[in-house]
Amino acid sequence: MAARSHPGRTFAAHAILIAYTLIALFPVWVIVINSVKSRRAIFGAPLAVPTPETWDLVGYTTVLENGDFFGYFQNSLIVTVASIFFVLLFGAMAAFALSEYRFRGNTLTGLYLALGIMIPIRLGTVAILQGMVAAGLVNTLTALILVYTAQGLPLAVFILSEFMRNVSDDLKNAGRMDGLSEYAIFFRLVLPLVRPAMATVAVFTMIPIWNDLWFPLILAPSEATKTITLGSQVFIGQFVTNWNAVLAALSLAIVPVLILYLIFSRQLIRGITAGAVK
Amino acid sequence: MAARRATRWHIAVFLAPAVLVYTAVMILPLFGTLNLSLYRAEGFVGLANFRTLFGDPHWSEQFWNALRNNVWFFIIHMLVQNPIGILLAALLSSPRLRLAAFYRTAIFIPTILSFVIVGFVWKLILSPIWGIAPSMLQAVGLKFLFQPFLGQEETALTTLALISVWQFVGIPMMLIYAALLSIPDEVLEAAEMDGITGWSRFWKVQLPLILPAIGIISILTFVGNFNAFDLIYVAQGALAGPNFATDILGTFLYRTFFGFQLQLGDPNMGAAIATAMFLIILAGVCVYLFAIQTRLRRYQF
Repeated sequence: MAARSHPGRTFAAHAILIAYTLIALFPVWVIVINSVKSRRAIFGAPLAVPTPETWDLVGYTTVLENGDFFGYFQNSLIVTVASIFFVLLFGAMAAFALSEYRFRGNTLTGLYLALGIMIPIRLGTVAILQGMVAAGLVNTLTALILVYTAQGLPLAVFILSEFMRNVSDDLKNAGRMDGLSEYAIFFRLVLPLVRPAMATVAVFTMIPIWNDLWFPLILAPSEATKTITLGSQVFIGQFVTNWNAVLAALSLAIVPVLILYLIFSRQLIRGITAGAVK
Repeated sequence: MAARRATRWHIAVFLAPAVLVYTAVMILPLFGTLNLSLYRAEGFVGLANFRTLFGDPHWSEQFWNALRNNVWFFIIHMLVQNPIGILLAALLSSPRLRLAAFYRTAIFIPTILSFVIVGFVWKLILSPIWGIAPSMLQAVGLKFLFQPFLGQEETALTTLALISVWQFVGIPMMLIYAALLSIPDEVLEAAEMDGITGWSRFWKVQLPLILPAIGIISILTFVGNFNAFDLIYVAQGALAGPNFATDILGTFLYRTFFGFQLQLGDPNMGAAIATAMFLIILAGVCVYLFAIQTRLRRYQF
């Protein structure tokens, strides 16, 4: 193995990877450092790191006075957590039924649920909005939770049933011998065993929900139900000439996602490398 | 296997919530939308909406413009995003590379950011007012290359496509990286015995083995691109300026469905555009499933 590493090639690999890492991180870096600088410094020396002379939090105070960012954040959190909960619960139940039992229509149901992996739910927006109007759910978080649950289910069922096929039959049959009901077998034996896969599905489901602009814009644009993504879009649109406020709003939107990502990145990457190329 | 009983109600109980929510919120509205495209406010009109969409110059011009832009958007992704993703994955998977986890984590960061952030961040950076882009080009002696990229009809769409590439390059990188890792060491060692190393090993041994993964990222890119909306909406607004140069099917659908400024919203024409998008995406998925996936040899290790 030692003979395989060529110093020149390794150097070139690092050079390319470092260059690309800089391209990936530079825009985020520029926004965050400038968000804590004074207006003059933002324009005078945009690439300089903030110093005590240029330090200024006026952008953040403007944002916190004018936009209800805590409210938006709370809405996003409620929608995301509730959707993930339903995607995981319903998805795991369906995946269990599909992987555990042989019944007529099993393959067909699996294919039916898998359709949604390829066909985006957005294409049904016109009728979804009409349905939500008819059900009186426009401008409620419930509408968003329903849509995101439906959106997340196909991939969740697909990934989780792959994992559930690997749970040992002996364990389940032993449970049946002990008189456990099928529900108890699912909730007490199988679910704990597929927890790592559930975490992966949760991360995959979370990112597009948190970042979505389309459905909040269409189904729940009212002030009380704005998500953080829609809230920052509207806010930045209004304050477009106030650079301090815009940069601060962007930073406020970036930082929580970044922290979550750094906590879960190991899980996410392991999930992609384990399940993606089946 | 479960014991056979007359009716196994628990199967229905396990399946019901997922199937109900999915059917009610996704499948029925999808067909509802396809159905709405056959109606107008006054009642059933058959294919009249499509005749308007393709026949009326006012509509068809916009539709073909959006479709053309969307195809170009997709081509840029295929030519730039996927090769860069493959290159980065190949570098990351080289044996005993230090800091691989760091690079992987860092390069994936743009992918987790929302379109709102990405759109505005690049709008600020490319803005002639702020001057980050011109001053950086000046630093390397290329200031003459600076143009208001997002404001010109000729460059705006390509610039936005490249921004989207910047955001999503992490996905092909990760999927290809996973595919490369799944190639067993014995295969690579056998190649080494035959004197195949370095780049020729990548071209002759690894690349053929990851073709199925490249097929998957191509179809994911296709579906994602023909369904894109957010980035254009955030950076250029619903009018997809300048002069509709960045209009793609998603923004066209939004504008038609909801109306914008002087134009009134029209759910039936919106449904017709959504139907056209559905057929385009369906065609792409079918090409992938029947023409590409069945021809790719899958290697089992």
